[in-house]
Amino acid sequence: MARSIKKGPFVDDHVTKKVDESNRSGQKKVIKTWSRRSMILPEFVGQTFAVHNGNKFIPVYVSENMVGHRLGEFAPSRNFRGHSGAAKTDKSAKK
Amino acid sequence: MARVAGVDIPANKRSVISLTYIFGIGNASAASILQKAGIDVERRVKDLSEDELDKIRKIIDSEYQTEGNLRATVRMNIKRLMDIGCFRGLRHRKGLPCRGQRTRTNSRTRKGPRRTIANKKKAPGK
Repeated sequence: MARSIKKGPFVDDHVTKKVDESNRSGQKKVIKTWSRRSMILPEFVGQTFAVHNGNKFIPVYVSENMVGHRLGEFAPSRNFRGHSGAAKTDKSAKK
Repeated sequence: MARVAGVDIPANKRSVISLTYIFGIGNASAASILQKAGIDVERRVKDLSEDELDKIRKIIDSEYQTEGNLRATVRMNIKRLMDIGCFRGLRHRKGLPCRGQRTRTNSRTRKGPRRTIANKKKAPGK
């Protein structure tokens, strides 16, 4: 079920605070955040976030198309390298 | 046989049903189109007059996105997801389900026919 419009988009307070700050002072600093659940607002466009994926921080440059998605959608938390058999055949095929 | 919304030629079925042969028009929108045009849903397409067909065409053209246009927008939406590199886009790129379904089994619609890997079972410990 979709979120009620009355409430507006959800963004963690600390994220909005940091974005406001860096928008006021000339842009550039990377905003480190664990808040994968925060929705990307139009104000975030042009910022670079370092979004935690559970292991490390993934740099995410926010473009206009990303508005309405959540920060976590751009920092995948699973890293599938392929199955053992597939990796072997892949390597042998390439070499 | 009648041509509505470009290519489609619904046959001598009930008019609600034959309208659903157009890509982008299902049962609900077919019913609402006919209601708007003041045509009984039970009437067959072959019994409709050219005027009535024109009415239907006009309503579809002005209010609904169908066929090629609709397919193009769907493709654009998916392309957008892939371009911004979000999770759903990655799933589309890999041809896997995007909405959190399991992939250990099932999801054959997205993954296509099974590709069996030879000698897979023997892998752990000789």
